[in-house]
Amino acid sequence: MNDSGGWIGRSRPRREAERLAEGRGRYTDDLEVANVGYLAFLRSPHPHARIRRIDGAAARKSPGVIAVVTGDDLAAICKPWQTQLALFPGHSSPPQYPLARGEVCWQGEAVAAVVAVTRAQAEDVVELIEVEWEELPAVPNLGVAAAAGGSAYHSAKPNNLGLDHTFVAGDPDQAFADAAVVVEHDFAFERQTGVTLEPRVIVADFDPRLRQLTIHHSHQVPHQMRDIFAAQLGLPLSHVRVVAPDVGGAFGMKLSAYPDELATAAIAVLLGRPVKFSADRLESFVSDVHAREAKVRGRLAVDADGRLMAMEVSAVSGFGAYANYPRGSIGEGLQTIHMSAAAYRLPNFRGQVRGYFQNKPPSGVLRGVGQPIATTVTEQLLDLAARKLGIDPAELRRRNYAEAAHPDAKSVGGIALGKLSLDRCHDRLMELMDYDGLRRQQVELRKGGVYRGVGLAVFVEQTAVGPSLYGSMQVRVSANEACRLTLEPDGSIRCETSITDQGQGTRTALTQIVAQELGLEPDLVEIVSGDTATAPMGGGAWASRGVALGGEAALRASRKLKLNILKIAASMLQADASALRLESGSILNTAGLAQMKLADVASAAFYRSHLVPLDELPPLEIVESFAPRDIPYVAANGIQAAHVEVDPGLGTIRVLGFWVVEDCGRVINPLLVDEQIRGGVVHGIGSALYEQCIYSAEGQIENGSLMDYLVPMAGEMPDIRIAHIETPTPATALGSRGVGEAGTVAAGAAIWTAVNDALSSFGATVTSQPITPEHVLDCIDRSREQDR
Amino acid sequence: MYEHHDITFTLNGKPVSATVEARLHMADFLRHTLRLTGTHVGCEHGFCGACNVMIDGRSARSCLTLAVQADGANVETIEGLTERNAIAELQREFVARNALQCGYCTPGMLVTAAELLARGKPTRAHIREALSGNYCRCTGYQAIVDAIEAVAARQPDAKP
Repeated sequence: MNDSGGWIGRSRPRREAERLAEGRGRYTDDLEVANVGYLAFLRSPHPHARIRRIDGAAARKSPGVIAVVTGDDLAAICKPWQTQLALFPGHSSPPQYPLARGEVCWQGEAVAAVVAVTRAQAEDVVELIEVEWEELPAVPNLGVAAAAGGSAYHSAKPNNLGLDHTFVAGDPDQAFADAAVVVEHDFAFERQTGVTLEPRVIVADFDPRLRQLTIHHSHQVPHQMRDIFAAQLGLPLSHVRVVAPDVGGAFGMKLSAYPDELATAAIAVLLGRPVKFSADRLESFVSDVHAREAKVRGRLAVDADGRLMAMEVSAVSGFGAYANYPRGSIGEGLQTIHMSAAAYRLPNFRGQVRGYFQNKPPSGVLRGVGQPIATTVTEQLLDLAARKLGIDPAELRRRNYAEAAHPDAKSVGGIALGKLSLDRCHDRLMELMDYDGLRRQQVELRKGGVYRGVGLAVFVEQTAVGPSLYGSMQVRVSANEACRLTLEPDGSIRCETSITDQGQGTRTALTQIVAQELGLEPDLVEIVSGDTATAPMGGGAWASRGVALGGEAALRASRKLKLNILKIAASMLQADASALRLESGSILNTAGLAQMKLADVASAAFYRSHLVPLDELPPLEIVESFAPRDIPYVAANGIQAAHVEVDPGLGTIRVLGFWVVEDCGRVINPLLVDEQIRGGVVHGIGSALYEQCIYSAEGQIENGSLMDYLVPMAGEMPDIRIAHIETPTPATALGSRGVGEAGTVAAGAAIWTAVNDALSSFGATVTSQPITPEHVLDCIDRSREQDR
Repeated sequence: MYEHHDITFTLNGKPVSATVEARLHMADFLRHTLRLTGTHVGCEHGFCGACNVMIDGRSARSCLTLAVQADGANVETIEGLTERNAIAELQREFVARNALQCGYCTPGMLVTAAELLARGKPTRAHIREALSGNYCRCTGYQAIVDAIEAVAARQPDAKP
């Protein structure tokens, strides 16, 4: 321990890691539930069809079957729901039911459920349910969905438009007319999905006598889900408990209220017994939320010195069949526009985004939400301008960073920047990666026919998002994070947090914050989270908030608890509380001598309070809640770089090196922060090079397995070097910013700029991700043809 | 209605006899019949590696192995490997380097790593290659590679 009791800023492994590494994790599917019925769903094979008739008679007679359930059976138990965002009334789709009624709008939509004694029996019996379908015209393709006068994705809707948003700042037209250089580029981003290794799993147990529903759920936001289960099933909030045990990956995908999960809860109520649903991998691909599908056209105007003058971003975003519940599907499209050029000084901007519903799975949250798209578009346009002007891409960036010196600074897209460190991150990166050395090596190798590229990607990201986002939309998503801190009778501390942890390490970071404030070992801080019966009300895990907000709540609770502990100790020691401090589990006087143990204060307060000479005993249980209420979020920033080699004969891309300099403010646990960044970077590399949900023109998924949907593997991933600049945010006492999405926000962009840097001698620039070898070869060929 | 078979095999050092449905795969058998839930199911079609167990000293996908195939075999799961301290060093390095986040891939990852280290002293590139049948969505792999490399570094060099 250092002088200040320094648990903050120290690398410490996670306490639960040992348990998980020994195979003693308790994920939802691991829980043993007596008398449980296993669910399997019949899912629509059609992207768009009317359900004329469902016949479950044969299925009901099969061995092991407990029930066969359709949408009509659940109508009296579970109300339909409809996403409504107050500021975007056009973003609405028809009411959704736990099991489709009347019409299905994507391949994979759940239509009927079988409950059986074993999962295998339930899956067998699904095949015996007869459904008479009437196929309807489907619009899976984004371009087709966007075309005027075509079919609609749902018979109750006149067209597919679900968002039409324009934002203008300054006078972009004049700036484009005056510019020395204008570059433009088209970008396509294919659909991806989260692919958590643990699929979605839910166990719902309903006690019909008490009308008490207990849900075990592989999910990020148990309090949100408690609210939704209670509202849809017509139960008082106090009759619903949601527990998220160990969760095997989430990445935003486990933020939604999924129809099949509401169906599971409703079936538990219907049958009055516990039921379990574990998605298999194929149904994960067709029922988990998808993300990223977008087509973007970007233009950038620059003066002769390389100063940015204007930018124009026009995006089309794919929503899938329903507005995601409860958060909607517009985040990706809006961030694409508003986060563009957030890191740069830019006076003029025009952004336009239209979003369309399609006959594909609903789109939702995936790590980064639109920010990876905005960063890719911005950084690639900057590189194209640099090339045209003959200015080094690093230098061009250096000339244009937003200063953000004053606290109200905003980007041209309206992004509140706060205090940033773009210059410092840039300079640190140049040194960390030996930028000049790589450039020299690049020139040398190119003479020998080796095509290497160096790509930079600067980013600003929104972290620790506050209540103004969903609050102003009138969506019931809490942005507060809370901590209930208790001094236990043995002198240890119990910390109940609203934050949930799917492996990020937030729980460990919280023990460090509490331990530092209260002067004890982190191992003496017990963390409790994930269970609405014990966790105080709050958001959970979304928008990189764990340490930044949950940590702040823990810090504030610690400070209050400390005051109360010292007040009690002072009364017993006949000392002045301000002259006492907490260290190593003891109360110390000004001379640094231990006067009594924390445990002595606790046992006096709990067992012998008649001897404590205070009129009022201050509480030893403190609840503190925190949300950034006067700023929308806490912006963080950084820069990433990729070094790649492209084989122009095969189109293959090898990632040789990767670097990140990131500023997440005060770092609580460097080991865990770096691992968040590395994991995020690999997600971004996966998006740029491998991941896509491939759909046929008819709306059938063509790669719904882990054989065909590629995710990054160890063999292709580079080592990732990381450095930090620490600029504590003035928004909190703790000073931490979020970091969970930082890697993903810019890693894909760095791959884009690196690949295109490598291809620059061919005059080729890739236009779509994932950047497949085929796409690389096509781009090279196209550019050769243009040269002819 | 389905064919059943009697099997006898060694599981984590102890004999097990059971009657299993012919179509039951070993991951479900381990998890739901024998309640050894440390073996995880990520894809059930043999790609993600989360279900890896040791069968006769070799790593194997328990989702692609039928329970009946265990008959006469020596099967070890994460629980058994942990109990006999066979992978204690690896587990220590994984924890110390935070080479796991959600932990779902970890038991399978450790089985693959243990098999790799049993074959000799791998290079870093060799480790990355060997792990390419085990998906991890959280860590980005580097800490996992570091952890295995650290254990490998303490192994004696292969005899010439």
